[in-house]
Amino acid sequence: MKRIVLAALGALVLAAGVAAWVAWPRADFIPSRAPAAWAPTADNIARGAYLARAGDCVSCHTARGGAPYAGGRRIATPFGDLVAPNITPDAATGIGAWSADDFWRALHDGRGRDGRLLYPAFPYTSYTKVSRDDADALFAYLRSLAPQRRPNDPHALRFPYDRQWALAGWRLLYFKPGVFAPDAGRPAAWNRGAYLVEGLGHCAACHSARNGLGAVGGTLSGGLIPAVGWYAPSLTASNEAGLGGWDRAHIVQLLRTGVAPESAVFGPMTEVVANSLQHLSDADVGAMAAYLQSLPATREAREPAPAADAGVMKLGQALYGQHCKDCHGADGRGASAGGAPAYPPLAGNRALTMDSPVNAIRIVLNGGFPPATAGNPRPYGMPPFSPVLSDNEVAAVVTYVRQSWGNGAPAVSAPDVNRYRAVPLD
Amino acid sequence: MIRGMLIFGAALAAALDGHAADGPARAVPDTLAQRVAACTSCHGSAEHPPAQDALGERRYFPRIAGKPAGYLLNQMQNFRDGRRQYPLMTWMVSPLSDDYLREIADWFAGQHLPAPVLDRASLPPADIARGRRLVLQGDPAAKVPACVACHGQRLTGALPAIPGLLGLPRDYINAQFGAWRNGTRHALAPDCMGTVAARLAPADVVAVSAWLASEPLPADPAPAQSVPRPLPLACGSAPEGRP
Repeated sequence: MKRIVLAALGALVLAAGVAAWVAWPRADFIPSRAPAAWAPTADNIARGAYLARAGDCVSCHTARGGAPYAGGRRIATPFGDLVAPNITPDAATGIGAWSADDFWRALHDGRGRDGRLLYPAFPYTSYTKVSRDDADALFAYLRSLAPQRRPNDPHALRFPYDRQWALAGWRLLYFKPGVFAPDAGRPAAWNRGAYLVEGLGHCAACHSARNGLGAVGGTLSGGLIPAVGWYAPSLTASNEAGLGGWDRAHIVQLLRTGVAPESAVFGPMTEVVANSLQHLSDADVGAMAAYLQSLPATREAREPAPAADAGVMKLGQALYGQHCKDCHGADGRGASAGGAPAYPPLAGNRALTMDSPVNAIRIVLNGGFPPATAGNPRPYGMPPFSPVLSDNEVAAVVTYVRQSWGNGAPAVSAPDVNRYRAVPLD
Repeated sequence: MIRGMLIFGAALAAALDGHAADGPARAVPDTLAQRVAACTSCHGSAEHPPAQDALGERRYFPRIAGKPAGYLLNQMQNFRDGRRQYPLMTWMVSPLSDDYLREIADWFAGQHLPAPVLDRASLPPADIARGRRLVLQGDPAAKVPACVACHGQRLTGALPAIPGLLGLPRDYINAQFGAWRNGTRHALAPDCMGTVAARLAPADVVAVSAWLASEPLPADPAPAQSVPRPLPLACGSAPEGRP
């Protein structure tokens, strides 16, 4: 009897071992085409600089006020803080001692030069799709930067998230290395867009829900950005930021300039447009838009929101007339200036009407500017209303705009507002 | 009054509702004043003077109209780059380019707003006397220079980057000294005001802010063209050799 139990246990352990071995995320090591692929030629460096823009590397790898790419920005997560490292070519504190193969392993397989597993806040679950040639050009560009001596601060993760074995388990469950495989049945532009969206663009890092262990669903179905408290809308749901019904020229305009007739970017997307998307070519942003538009549209069936309390709507309307109407119009249709978008319409604006009221609340409390871009260098700003409106008043005015001009989104409450009073910076 | 405005606003909104619904989106003025409505909602403009509290003093937000453009640009960049910490300001300026920030700084430098001041009679006479002495003469024993040595004899600041000190809310002045002393407000090194703040006792700060916040602006509130150089302390944001 005892021997049978032991044998069964042994078989189980063996089976688990085999399963782990089979499921272990294996990187396909792709060698460099030639040392010329990462040589410091003007061509490689320029191509790498463009790819670094596409990957928005600078946003995480730069501390506020610090040298670009010298690291130090703290990334808050539900598991503790991660600190983005120095990726300038300083030999002691950056990647000056790295080889092109080391860099490839980090990007493609999420491993540091010393073999340690990297945390997926560095979005190697997306970057693994990047081609070896592009990785080499990126490496050539980063090597061309002025070295910055800035030692990396240690991460501040809670147990057990700070353990390599925990990370190994996470990778077993959620990481599959693999370079992007083009779909031969699709046009080249679609494949280019898919490569950028799913790879360097790492859109899913924000625009997909994360599970309890921080793994990205990868379906661009929207989610609350952990620890930051902005809601990154679904890029497929027609009631959120699904792009199926949009004029593609307007999508490109929004992503490259920060404003379009229907909308303006806000919150964390401001930084993405400023540091990344505005620097990409029309063709590349158009390809990204085409890919996003090709994704199957989803829409959660939902009951029409119950009408808000009449007193709340009355207060909201009065506040709207006092604070909002001059720019967004009594009819909620927004305003233009000199033929260019100035203030986005609120009627039918999905940033406002999606179920999650987080962004609408934050925009009213914090205000802010869309990014200054080459295509919109002097954006119109929105005043912050946190200094002048109470939680109750913000709730009333947000409820009013969510339920006027045909908008039919649920009411928000004062406690909803209070939760988001603080300004999230990083 | 506010209630009246609310009702008027609601009536207006109701009256306009449904009128423009089918037309194109309205046009707003293509002006910098319109673009920076996000700034003037707190800092005030000629059309919308800054809010005041019961004592007639303006609320916490500092007067920025008429300050030297170099000073305003330095401060916006300080917020953006983390040398000053007021999350709402960091949030506002972070998406903007240096070119745009410069244009905004120039615009505010050219504005002039009335500056209500605290009623001096309501403040402790000892604070006023001590504050006046510190502002006009400094405290040589503590190696604190007079405010007027850098900020101009009329305390309206000096071109291109030294700010005026009048027309500011007392709470704002106190908060800045607190921030310098706690190390949460910095300027480009060397940080002269950080040094001055460290040499002042809290009672001195209270006295200085009482006097400054209750001193009316002179008839000509423009910054001085220059101040005597070298300054008593080296200042990274107003360096020598760049008069």
